[in-house]
This record gives sequence, structure tokens and C-alpha cells, in this order.
Amino acid sequence: MAHAYTPGLKVIKKTVVQKIRRLPLIGEVVVKKGDKVKAEDVVATTNLPGNVIPVNLANMLNIDSSEIPDLLIKQVGDSLNKGDLIAETSGIFGLFKTKAISPATGTLESVSKITGQAIIREAPIPVSVQAYIGGEITDIIENEGVEVSTAASFIQGIFGIGGECRGIIKILTQDTTTPITADMITEDDKDKVLVGGSFLSLEAFKKAEKVGAIAVVVGGFNYSDIKSIVGYDIGVAITGQEEIGTTLIITEGFGEVGMADLTFDLLKSHEGKMASVNGATQIRAGVIRPEIIIPLDGKTKIDESKAELFGMDIGAEVRVIRSPYFGMLGEVTDLPHELKRLESGSLARVAKVRLYDSKKEVLLPRANLEMIEKK
Amino acid sequence: MKPEAIKSILATDCGSTTTKAILIEKQGDEYRLVVRGEAPTTVEAPFEDVTKGVLNAAKEVEELCGRQLLEGDHIITPQQGDKGVDIYISTSSAGGGLQMVVSGIVKAMSAESAERAALGAGAIVMDVLASNDGRLPHQKIQRIRHLRPDMILLSGGTDNGNIKGVVEMSELLKAASPKPRLGISYKLPVIFAGNQKANAEIEKNLKDVTDLSIVPNLRPVLERENLGPARDKIHDLFMEHVMAQAPGYKKLMAMTDAPIMPTPGAVGEIMQVIARKEDITVLGVDIGGATTDVFSVFKDLEKGKPVFNRTVSANLGMSYSISNVLASATLPNILRWVPFEIDEVDLRNRIGNKMIRPTTIPQSLEELKIEQAIAREALRLSFIQHKEFAVGLKGVQKERTISDAFDQSASGETLVNMMDLDILVGSGGVLSHAPRRHQSARMMIDAFLPEGITQLAVDSIFMMPQLGVLSVVHVKAAAEVFKKDCLLRLGTCIAPVGPIKPGKEYMRINFTLPDGRVVDKAYTLGDMELFKAPYEAIEAEITPARGVDVGAGTGQVVKTKIYGGLVGIIIDARGRRPFVLPENPAERVAKLQEWSKSVNEFEDK
Repeated sequence: MAHAYTPGLKVIKKTVVQKIRRLPLIGEVVVKKGDKVKAEDVVATTNLPGNVIPVNLANMLNIDSSEIPDLLIKQVGDSLNKGDLIAETSGIFGLFKTKAISPATGTLESVSKITGQAIIREAPIPVSVQAYIGGEITDIIENEGVEVSTAASFIQGIFGIGGECRGIIKILTQDTTTPITADMITEDDKDKVLVGGSFLSLEAFKKAEKVGAIAVVVGGFNYSDIKSIVGYDIGVAITGQEEIGTTLIITEGFGEVGMADLTFDLLKSHEGKMASVNGATQIRAGVIRPEIIIPLDGKTKIDESKAELFGMDIGAEVRVIRSPYFGMLGEVTDLPHELKRLESGSLARVAKVRLYDSKKEVLLPRANLEMIEKK
Repeated sequence: MKPEAIKSILATDCGSTTTKAILIEKQGDEYRLVVRGEAPTTVEAPFEDVTKGVLNAAKEVEELCGRQLLEGDHIITPQQGDKGVDIYISTSSAGGGLQMVVSGIVKAMSAESAERAALGAGAIVMDVLASNDGRLPHQKIQRIRHLRPDMILLSGGTDNGNIKGVVEMSELLKAASPKPRLGISYKLPVIFAGNQKANAEIEKNLKDVTDLSIVPNLRPVLERENLGPARDKIHDLFMEHVMAQAPGYKKLMAMTDAPIMPTPGAVGEIMQVIARKEDITVLGVDIGGATTDVFSVFKDLEKGKPVFNRTVSANLGMSYSISNVLASATLPNILRWVPFEIDEVDLRNRIGNKMIRPTTIPQSLEELKIEQAIAREALRLSFIQHKEFAVGLKGVQKERTISDAFDQSASGETLVNMMDLDILVGSGGVLSHAPRRHQSARMMIDAFLPEGITQLAVDSIFMMPQLGVLSVVHVKAAAEVFKKDCLLRLGTCIAPVGPIKPGKEYMRINFTLPDGRVVDKAYTLGDMELFKAPYEAIEAEITPARGVDVGAGTGQVVKTKIYGGLVGIIIDARGRRPFVLPENPAERVAKLQEWSKSVNEFEDK
């Protein structure tokens, strides 16, 4: 039987974080294996092919496509400036010529005598990839990118919007259950990664954006408020490309949910340190979760052993990830083999869990439990 | 091996998250499902080898059936004594399935034919480009660059017609220099199935920048479609390129005794086999976590030939895409199926949480009801898309006149005719695994609004993909297992169509149940009732009111056989054309609760 539980989000105090930094197209890697890099250093560059502008010369000159080659002023491969003459008709006795003018600066890439279409390609668009985390180049992917490694604390959120950024961590709430309110955010929070407890209102997010906070990390947020930020409904959880000033990372889920103690405590222990943050989320096979990486000082000793993913066992610490006990933590006390009927009427594999808050023992579907993975 | 010599078959379906295996064996003269096993799909890291999941699922089958099927890392074929199976076959939708962009010259003609070819082959169509799609050339180029499909199908122009349009499209494609989704080191497969006079120009433009294949025109003349060659080429390239890029697929391809099919393509195959064998019209739906597929086989009224259509609603599903159902359907449409009052912000948050934790299941009855409300809307929207698409040219080699060719929508109305529908088949988690089959029946009825007399069924454990690929190598085995082990007959829905004033008699029904109970009853608008009855033929007489139709025309009495099933016979007199739910929330909730009770949706009366 397939294991029906979610492995859980990573909240790791000390680990080696490895990040692949890859170009969208083949290009040039500008660092060597073993190089020490800072987060903002460029590690690889390339040129994206320039934008393409098709112009139909036959239509512009009002002639048959087959006549085009004889009327070209510029030839394929020639450079063009906006306003340059590409082709013109011979007119009547050299008068009344019809002209085809280039609408853009670039190169004349092709001209078709079948369709009369000319393709003008604008200058290549340079693209570079930064290291994103400070560390060491541990591998080179020839012509494509690098692997950067660093000793760091590593925290995953459940959902985020907005892309990569960096800033100093600042804790806004005393505990995991206090919501972040707009009045907690001040002008001093510019370029900061703000961390708070259970909830962030839309008003508070707008304030963070206004003062120039680089990111907010919080337990919960209203799903309906996402639309107010990005301007559209996020129908499928594939994010990271949103053009917003402040990256948002939700660690627990939608609604008001206290941030897990483990996450909050670890972030709190790094208050004042620089963090690399990315809201990019992709919930599909090959899931990508939003992340907060806090590089540790070079002398920190790391336990290189990987956290092993065991199946759920008695004594395991779990978090409930669906109502009615959403967000609560507990310990697995029994794992009955037989399927049990839920209140919904479905038969499911269940676990008996003692909830920490109420000390109550409840039967919960294993699919609704998340293992707490820590090291 | 000759089909009649095959005694045992192992078939797997490698889904995005789970690999499902079934073992079929010949018992006496017939083929039957023996056991089913499953294991997580292993396309992603750390395994990155799809065959590991296949072997794990096969291992579970081995343990359950109690005989050896595996030897080390391979499946024993053919069967030797008690060991192994005679053939092993598989389908796959792992890694997001087959994602394509199609293009034509005229959106409603060659582009639509190209879309039909791609969908019929089991692809997800990411975009349809056409000369007249309203986008400027540079916008099309940007779109092609942005999408990164697995494959592009280029069509357009009738044979020996003007080549300008299709060559122009190839120029745009060349300028865009599209990159494939998987891997950056190989060329994107492009199939040209357009005006054959343009072959040389197309080759000149695309041969160097893409992996170009040229097949016969999918629309050689305006009034005829020839989708077969393009569809076959898509299957070949899917195997050679897309599959070959996915981790472990080369190994899997070597293990199977027949080509691996894309999962939806396989489901389409089995639907067609059943419609053909039983000479019935079929509407099938497979609602998954990310996508919903709708399949139909209706009769072409002019020629009486069955016509197959498939659509995939790429972003309508019950987990990964659940928030998109909310965005597309809008909150009021979901709320209209929720049989209790609920705070809107809370409902949105619950839906968002299902999206970000897609593997969770409803624990409370309230959560289940919410999910089933959303499922109704996902199904309804997918069906609307299907109806809009199942128009115009119909499947392979369909003849039509030039005037029809210019009048796509009018001909489309004749295709998906709910009054002609014989059976509605549901599959996918929310339908196959609903705690009560009554709930599956209600979801399908509410979403599809069947008209007249329609049988309802669900795929018991979602094995249609495996049976689809099996139907290619062994039709008899596929059909027998489908009928006996796959299809769970839920019963029949009887729904009168047409307007009627409240309180007036809508229809009268007269039949005798197998247990001897005689039913002779009149129904008014808004009534719903369930009669428990097994899957046995019951002679029934249904008399609609004047102006109301139950299948034989307005006001015409229908005398026919109806069948019960796991649920029974459902009388649905809530109205069709129009079907209206009360606007007032309190009234609506009361009505929903009343209908739930009347069909034992949540508990037996």
C-alpha cells in the first residue's frame, strides 16, 4: 500500500543547502569550482535571442511576394535602425515609390518570397544568474550553470508569492499565535524580512509593501486577499513570477493558523541576520516550496547525515493539515492496520494522535497528517 | 502470441502520483480482473526511474495473487507454468502527460481539426494558434517561446491550395525557435500535417531548427478530415521523444509488449470499443486532481455513424487545480450546491488549503459536502467545454458539405444530444471513491443534467486506462473485464425535459419493481425520488405532460426497459431546459437537503 502521508516541510537548524543556478538557455559560466561567492555575485550569463518583429513587405508595398527579392534595399543579415528603408518599389518613372520602413532596430533575419514576410530580430537580451546564497561553487554544469553550497538554516513554507530576495530578519510578534497588524510595521522595516505569528491582514501586507519590506513570513493569510495583491486569482499553485514589491511566505496555510513553534523559534534565533528568501511555489509532481535560507558562519559544524524519511511510526510528531484540527500538533499513539470509517463516511487509513493542546486522543486520516521533519 | 492464447495480462497505468497495476486472467472462457496493486510513481527524485514504481505495484499484485510475477528487476513474460504473465502493457500520464501546441490557418477549420487530432491522441492542448486568432504575429511568437510544449502540430491549407498561410506560420515558428519542455539539448518535435504542396517550403524553414515530421494533410479537402496519420505520428513521437526524455521510460518501453499509450488516449480507446460493441451512445468523464477529461461517443444523425470526441480541461481538477475551479465557476456557483450556510472567506480558505495540500481528504461530513459541491462545478464546466468543442467535423474521415464546413456551430448542436445519451460513466477519485455511490450518482446528475432516460455507471477502481491499452492488443479481454469488473452500474435517471408550471403534473411513471412493488405515480416540478432496484430489466411506461419530452418527443409516451443498479432508479423532476435552483439561500439550502434525503445521498432512510 502506498504511504498516505505528507513528508512535511523542512525546518532544519543546520544543514548544507545546495542550490542549482541554471540559465534558461545555453550560455557562459563565469565562476570556477571552489570559488567563494556572495549572494549577489553573477555566476552565469547568456543572451536571450532578441524579440522578433515580423513585417509583411508584400502588403506594405502592395506587390506580389515573388517580386520582393528584387526590391530589397537591405539584405538578409544586414543591421537595421528604426526608420530605415528595407525595400521600395520602382514606382512610375522613378516617382511615386512605395517604401517599406523598418519599425524597429535589429537585424534583417529572413525574407520570404512565398509570404512576403520579413523577420526583424532585435538585439539579444542579456540575462545573468546570481548566486542567490553566499557560499562555495561546488559544481559546474557546463554552459548552463553552477551548484552553490553553503552551511545554513533552512526553512520551507507551504505557499508563497513573489520571487527571490534578500534581507535582514526582524521578528514582529512575541509568539506564534499573535497576528501581524499594520501598526506593528514601521518605516524602519525597509529591506527587512518580517516574521510574525498566526495571520497577516491585507492591510498589514499593504503597509509592509509601502514601507519597502523585502518579505513577510507568517503562519496564515486569507486566500481571497491574494487576488488583491497580484490582481488575479491564483488558480493553480505555480508562483514566483509575480511582480510584487514584497515577497510573501505562508508557513501553515490559508486562514488564521499559528506558525509552528519550530519554525518561529528558528527564525527568532536568527533575528538580525541576512536571509535569502524565495516565494516560488510549485505544487505538482516535483514540488517546489517557498524557502528561507539563513547562511551560517563558515566555522559551523554540520551533521552531514541526511534526515531520513521513515514511514509514520508510533511516537512520531505530526501536524494536522486539514480541518477540523487544522494546524494542531500531536504525537502518534497508534497506527491501526485496518481501514476506519471517517465521519464523512469514507474508509481510510488512520492514525491515533494525542493532540498537545487539548491532550485529547483523536483518530485522524493519515493523509491529513504531516510529519515534522527536523534535525 | 495470438490473442486467443493469452491467459494472463499485467497492465499498469503510471499516473503523476500513483502507479496502478491490474492482473487479468482467463477463467474458463472469460477474462476477469484478479487483483489490483499500487505504489507511488517514481519519476521524480530521488528515484528518477519510472520502472521502480511499476515493479513495486507489480510486487503488490504478486503478493495479493499469491504467485510469482517478477524475477529480480523484470516481469516474467510469457507465463511459464504458474510464474509470470503472458503480456505486460502500460499507459502513462506521469510528468504532466503530453503537452502540445497546435496551429492551423483558420481557427474554426484546420486549427480545430489539428486540436481534435491532438486531443484524440491523448494530449493536453496548451494553445491553438491560427492566422485569424486575433493575435498579432509577434504575440504568437512570444506565446510559442513562452509555452515550451512537448510537441507542435502544424496544419493548414487544403492539398494543392494556396500555401501562403501555412508557410507564414512556419516562418513564425522558425523565428520563435521553440524549446522543448524536457531537456534543453534536443530539438522540439514538430509534425506538419497541412497542404502537401507546401512540404518543401516547410522543410526549408523548419528542418534545421526542429525535429520535423511530415504526414498527410489532416484536412486534405475542405469537407473531409483525415486525422489518423497525424494522430499516429503523435503517438510515435510521444514514445520516441517525450517518453524517452522522462526518467526510466526507455527501460519501461523495453519491458512492455505493446507501445505505451498516453493515459487519456487509452481511456478514449475503451470508450469507443464499448460504444461500438454495444451500439450505444456514451458520455464518460474522468475527474482527476489536476485535469478533467470528457469523452463522448454520439451518433452522427446524418449518417448514423458513431463519432468520438475527447476534451481535456487542463486546469479543472479536485486538488492541484481546485482553486481554478473556484476562479472559473465563481463562488456563487459553488455555493449553490452547498447544503448549509457557510462563511465565504472560510470557504475560500478551505479551497486554497486543499490546493496547497492536495493529498488531504475530507474527514468531516461538512468538508465532504463542500468537495462534492466543487466537483459538481468542475464537472459542469468541463462538460460545457466538451459541448463547445464537439462540433463541426467529427472524428476520422467524416464527410461533410462545404456549407457545413462554414457553419461549425450549427452542426455542433447535433452532436452532444443529452436526450440521445444511453449511458453516463464517471471515474476519478471524487466519483469512484465517494463514500456512497448515491453521491456519485447525484454529482453526475447535477453536473451533466441528463435528459430523458439515462443509465449511470462509475469505474469501480479506475482501471479504464489499462483496459484502453489492452483493447488495442486484445479487444475481447478488455471488453469482458470492462463489463464485469470495471463498470459499476448505479442505475437509471429519468428526467423530463421542458417547461412546466409549478404544481402541474410533469410526468407519470408506471413500472413494477423486481420485488413485486407496483409504482404508478405522478410527479410535479421539483420532485426527486429514488426506487431501490437491482440491475435487471424493468418494463416501464412514462407519460410526459403536454410540451414535455422524456425521449420520444414532446407529450409522447415512452415504453421501454429501464435498469436499476447499486443506487436504483432516480426520478429527477427538477426540470431541464430550464433547470433552476432557488435564488434565496435559505430556500435553496432547504431544497438541497430535501433532495439529498429523497435519494439517500448521505444515509439510508
